[in-house]
Amino acid sequence: MAQNPMRDDPTPPPALARTSAARIAVNVDGVAHLDEVEPRLLLVHYLRDRLGRTGTPIGCDTGNCGACTVDLDGMSVKSCQVLAVQADGRRVTTIQGLAGPDGAWHPLQRAFHEQHALQCGYCTPGMIMAARDLLKDNPDPTPEEVRDALEGNLCRCTGYQNIVRAVLAAAAELRREGAPEPRGKAAGAPRASGQEAPA
Amino acid sequence: MIPATFDYARPQSTDEAVRVLAEAGPEAKVLAGGQSLLPILRLRLSFPELLVDLGAVDALRGIRQDGAQLVIGAMTTHHEVVHDPLVRAHAGLLARAAATVADPAVRHRGTLGGSLAHADPAGDLPAVCLALDATMVVLGPQGFRTVPAAEFFVDYLQTALRPDELLTEIRIPAMDGWGFHYEKFQRVAQAWAVVGVAAAVRPAQDGRGIAEARIGLVNMGARPMRAHLTETALTGADGSEEAIGRAATLAAEGTHPPTDLSGSAEYREHLARVLTQRAVLAAAGTA
Ligand SMILES: Cc1cc2nc3c(=O)[nH]c(=O)nc-3n(C[C@H](O)[C@H](O)[C@H](O)COP(=O)(O)OP(=O)(O)OC[C@H]3O[C@@H](n4cnc5c(N)ncnc54)[C@H](O)[C@@H]3O)c2cc1C
Ligand code: FES
Ligand code: FES
Repeated sequence: MAQNPMRDDPTPPPALARTSAARIAVNVDGVAHLDEVEPRLLLVHYLRDRLGRTGTPIGCDTGNCGACTVDLDGMSVKSCQVLAVQADGRRVTTIQGLAGPDGAWHPLQRAFHEQHALQCGYCTPGMIMAARDLLKDNPDPTPEEVRDALEGNLCRCTGYQNIVRAVLAAAAELRREGAPEPRGKAAGAPRASGQEAPA
Repeated sequence: MIPATFDYARPQSTDEAVRVLAEAGPEAKVLAGGQSLLPILRLRLSFPELLVDLGAVDALRGIRQDGAQLVIGAMTTHHEVVHDPLVRAHAGLLARAAATVADPAVRHRGTLGGSLAHADPAGDLPAVCLALDATMVVLGPQGFRTVPAAEFFVDYLQTALRPDELLTEIRIPAMDGWGFHYEKFQRVAQAWAVVGVAAAVRPAQDGRGIAEARIGLVNMGARPMRAHLTETALTGADGSEEAIGRAATLAAEGTHPPTDLSGSAEYREHLARVLTQRAVLAAAGTA
């Protein structure tokens, strides 16, 4: 069948024979990790409990709220809806991978701050990751398109108005900067890529 | 919530996947996008001993044209279906309905094959594939067989797939020149359909009347259904609002919709009639 144009990385992950403990290689926010995981381990638990990257929260744990949204090989996914083994050979970008190498915030992070797009902040990492996904394909969205793109992300505090404003403001800034993020490219400079973390 | 333990295998070809499934027996389950299966495992509603992940079988992904048919690999994601130019050109109804499934992040993972194999009667795509007269291509230890959509959906969450079989492809006759519309009634932005109606209409030669119509119903029974009486009433009908409205009053005949927190069976029957009228009117207009 024709190669899939949507995937930035057409190489399939390696085959694995039946196992109860899988060795996986995952790049998370620019850092390569080799780990042994139980197949039932969810990606969100791998990020939080194994790697200590707790910037990605768990909201509903049923796939509905979007709080746990991360970028997997260029596409937004709910990390409670993906097994860690399914991220084998892939790149994950979390909210903690968005800031530049000097720690400068991503325009979306700045805009959420400036537009008061959060109250408790629990939904914010997921909102930002979902908005970032939208802006890759659509650098100049309408308010309606922003709302559609965030339909899988629930906020119990803000009433969404300022979230939509923040995404529009960040989109405008990204257009001014003239550097829309292409699909599949991890944001920010890769850090210490190729290193192995202890399992 | 953490699923119970299971083993995991990730074959790279369909033959290997079928072999692994056959060796493991009925306690093995196929993992596609995981968007229905992982919640089920987390809620501990199912305890498979082995998950056979199709994520590395690249042959199951992608969309191509084969004569007058569109061939969609089972592992093609909703996102890919929505954006694919071939699907848009020849099976626009499927692209339109797939765009209403869940939300962007779920559409990035969830697959057409997974939606059909899961066979949730509230799912959008089983009824659409039924209305499109799709054919399922199935691979098992004895080789390939094909199952028409009308025979594929057997009961609530049950298909004609046997435990050792894979759904590999969905074949959809190209419906060039047909008008189509998907009308989904849902309580909030990201939700399953309370009722959904998929309509495809082939316009008559004169451009005004209806030569043929296909209506698929979502969540009007234990499995997806066609509104056959409405379809018959629309065959050869003039495309007037009255004629379409009359045909739509038959849309809930023979259905057995559930009563649940989102609505009673009677309410769903009412919705089926109203949404069928809207969907057919829109489909006749886009023809
Ligand atoms: C928050 C949320 C909202 C949703 N809203 C909607 C909605 O509005 N409308 C809708 O239609 N759906 C909705 N879904 C479900 C979504 O469509 C799923 O993507 C789909 O039902 C399952 O596809 P999957 O690829 O994820 O399959 P999986 O979850 O991996 O598998 C589902 C089932 O099918 C079997 N299976 C999968 N592929 C194959 C194959 N090739 N051969 C044999 N068996 C196979 C698996 O063994 C399993 O039993 C929603 C899901 C979520 C999480
Ligand atoms: S925690 Fe993953 S979607 Fe809510
Ligand atoms: S800011 Fe509290 S949930 Fe969104």
